[in-house]
Amino acid sequence: MDFDYGEAAEKFRIEFRNWLEDNLDPDWRDRVGDINLDNPAAGADHPWLREWDRRLYDAGYKGIAWPEEHGGRGMSLLEQVVFHEELVAAGAPVVANFLAETLLGPTIIRWGSEAQKERFLGPILRGEEFWCQGFSEPNAGSDLASLATRAVRDGDEWVVSGQKVWTTNAQFADYCFCLARTDPDAAPHKGISFLLVPMKQPGVTVRPLLQPTNTDEFNEVFFDEARCPAANVVGGENNGWAVAMTTLGFERGSSVTTQFLTYERELSEIVESARARGLLADPVVRRDLAAAHTKVAIMRANAYRTLTALTTAGADLDEAGSGFHPSLNKLFWSEYHQWVTNLAVNLRGPEALVVGDGYRVTSQQFAFLFARSETIWGGTSQVQRNIVGERLLGLPKEPKPEKNTQR
Amino acid sequence: MNFAFTEEQEELKKGARQFLENYSASEAVRTLMETDTGYDPQVWSRIGTELGWPSLHIPEEYGGSGFSYVELIAVMEEMGRALLCAPFFSTVCLAANALLVGATEEQKLEHLPGIAAGETIATVAYTEPSGKWDASGIAATATADGDEVVIDGTKSFVIDGATASLLIVAAREPGSEGDAGVDLFVVPADTAGVERRALNTMDMTRKQAEIKLDGVRVPAANRLGAAGSGWETLSKTLDLACVALAAEQVGGAQMCLDMSVDYAKVRVQFGRPIGSFQAIKHKCADMLLEVESARSAAYYAGWAAAEDNEELLTVAPLAKAYCSDAYFHCAAENIQIHGGIGFTWEHDAHLYFKRAKSSEILFGDATYHREILAQRIGL
Ligand SMILES: Cc1cc2nc3c(=O)[nH]c(=O)nc-3n(C[C@H](O)[C@H](O)[C@H](O)COP(=O)(O)OP(=O)(O)OC[C@H]3O[C@@H](n4cnc5c(N)ncnc54)[C@H](O)[C@@H]3O)c2cc1C
Repeated sequence: MDFDYGEAAEKFRIEFRNWLEDNLDPDWRDRVGDINLDNPAAGADHPWLREWDRRLYDAGYKGIAWPEEHGGRGMSLLEQVVFHEELVAAGAPVVANFLAETLLGPTIIRWGSEAQKERFLGPILRGEEFWCQGFSEPNAGSDLASLATRAVRDGDEWVVSGQKVWTTNAQFADYCFCLARTDPDAAPHKGISFLLVPMKQPGVTVRPLLQPTNTDEFNEVFFDEARCPAANVVGGENNGWAVAMTTLGFERGSSVTTQFLTYERELSEIVESARARGLLADPVVRRDLAAAHTKVAIMRANAYRTLTALTTAGADLDEAGSGFHPSLNKLFWSEYHQWVTNLAVNLRGPEALVVGDGYRVTSQQFAFLFARSETIWGGTSQVQRNIVGERLLGLPKEPKPEKNTQR
Repeated sequence: MNFAFTEEQEELKKGARQFLENYSASEAVRTLMETDTGYDPQVWSRIGTELGWPSLHIPEEYGGSGFSYVELIAVMEEMGRALLCAPFFSTVCLAANALLVGATEEQKLEHLPGIAAGETIATVAYTEPSGKWDASGIAATATADGDEVVIDGTKSFVIDGATASLLIVAAREPGSEGDAGVDLFVVPADTAGVERRALNTMDMTRKQAEIKLDGVRVPAANRLGAAGSGWETLSKTLDLACVALAAEQVGGAQMCLDMSVDYAKVRVQFGRPIGSFQAIKHKCADMLLEVESARSAAYYAGWAAAEDNEELLTVAPLAKAYCSDAYFHCAAENIQIHGGIGFTWEHDAHLYFKRAKSSEILFGDATYHREILAQRIGL
């Protein structure tokens, strides 16, 4: 066992640390105000954060794990961890253009045509085009394969009709990567295509949905004969399910190796706030905070196991014991985060529940409320437990209800 | 970055599992747990000679084989899985560690080779009938008398206290308090004034004893290290023991999960395997999450122990706290998943449940260790 990151990563650490020292505005927090950076919309709608994104890009710090031929730095997983460690250590915002940079970009790199890579990857890294993810529908959430949005060919275009929901950032998005049924006669998983649909067109209507945070990160999206070029199918016609699984894998796996860093920082803020309020003499508070420390430390150790597996040839995360599986990780962090944000509110007492004018919430309040969604998006906790039970432990699937043959 | 066992360490672990499947199967455990001594001298001797497990992390100059704590936790995990009934934990994880941490060169040379060779059974006797795990629980006194010390008091819950030939006894200078004034003494178990009584423990797979010390005289030279350094030595010894125990708990928890999953695949109710019911499936998923997280904690702590770095101070209590909770929860769920059969003496589920509980309480429960952690991270 060793926990050295290796020479290349340490060299990169110094380089990036120096760059951060020279380039991060010390007063950036004042500039962005009290917004929560866990909020996926944060990067999209704040001018300073957009500028920060651009600064990172210009210095070559966007898409650091993307292959060089696609404009990235082609860096290793360890260097990515270092990248995040330094961001956190410098107190810099850890926002990524999550949907585009973490989900869609890697999906296009894996499945896209040369033309698609050429056309879409650059603008993602430069933050020039914003994206939203159009998977979920009113009647297709966990059971995504039952989605009903249709796309039909009309000459060299697809014509898309249907409704998406919970679509984060749709109000800012230039494009939607979206699942639509292109073969209604095929089995549910077999007739779906992964389309890249422009949002700014007459056939697309976006209606923001207010969340309990009184903010509207997500939306309803109505496609009414919206159009996109026939070439905008990723991974081939009717092959969208496989492509979507790749995307969902990135969604589950995105935070596996770096999530703990954000939580270390968050926890130290909670501890300092409790200390300032003189709560650390209370044995119950001490134990809760020690339990939180324990969970975050274990998240770090879990991440190191995942990293080891991911950098070991032939290791298969789906094999129990080979590493720490992304579904286990998703369960662990999302449930931890609900617990710890709730603890933070309890430690603060009634003051924690006073919101600002116009129901403006603080970042702590945002985190407390938003944590409730973290066991829902990216596959609910129940779905993760099904994956763990069936894929890792080999437990039998639930029998499917018998087909209702009467109409 | 490589957070995994090496191939050799994997081999060692595999070999341990095989050996224990043969020599510490359920029938053997059940036979031994009914005996007073609680171990099979033949198996113990093979562990000491053929397998060399007691020597693993002891340096070569003291008769050990000079591997590291990582090798030790690899075999501890397997012992936990098999509920091995043997004085290994007491001898190696307590006594040998106390000697390695606190003994003088001479004392190490005197006592460690016997332990490494599997000839000496030893233990640390520090807890008393008060059941306190910190220094305030040490009331036994060590009174200087010329070249000798006279030890008086009662030790209890001493692991393998009735079978050990070598006791490392914690006692304090009369009138001292707290961490100060505590010393550890090597006391041969046959010294006059030592009276031992086996306790009837709920967890029959790990024996405990009460030890009365009535005017027990040993040479002052039997003190480990410098006078007054006993709590420091003991505290570090307990950290090391907690790491080993955490690994043992991981092995037990994994076994509970394996038993549950195997049963959930074959037990049919309402026309389908119970593992297809989410209520059961999700319990198993939660158990896996806990087992794997416990494993990360224990292995990481094992690495910190091997490196003997500062992190040991925080990862030892957190591993002990987390692994205790995880093992107890998995052992309890294992009974639930088995239904009625899981609540019989005949089924092994209760053996794991009881071991889980006794390991949880040993050296202080999770709450106690969270408080230790709190102190050490500056809360
Ligand atoms: C903040 C937020 C942002 C989101 N952003 C996006 C986005 O940008 N793009 C997008 O496409 N989607 C997005 N989603 C949608 C998200 O992916 C879905 O909410 C999620 O997949 C669950 O689907 P659902 O809401 O329809 O709930 P349902 O699937 O109806 O689930 C309801 C309840 O039933 C349980 N359940 C369902 N199936 C099972 C089962 N087989 N076994 C046991 N329990 C089950 C669930 O666990 C849950 O508790 C977002 C959601 C949230 C909350």
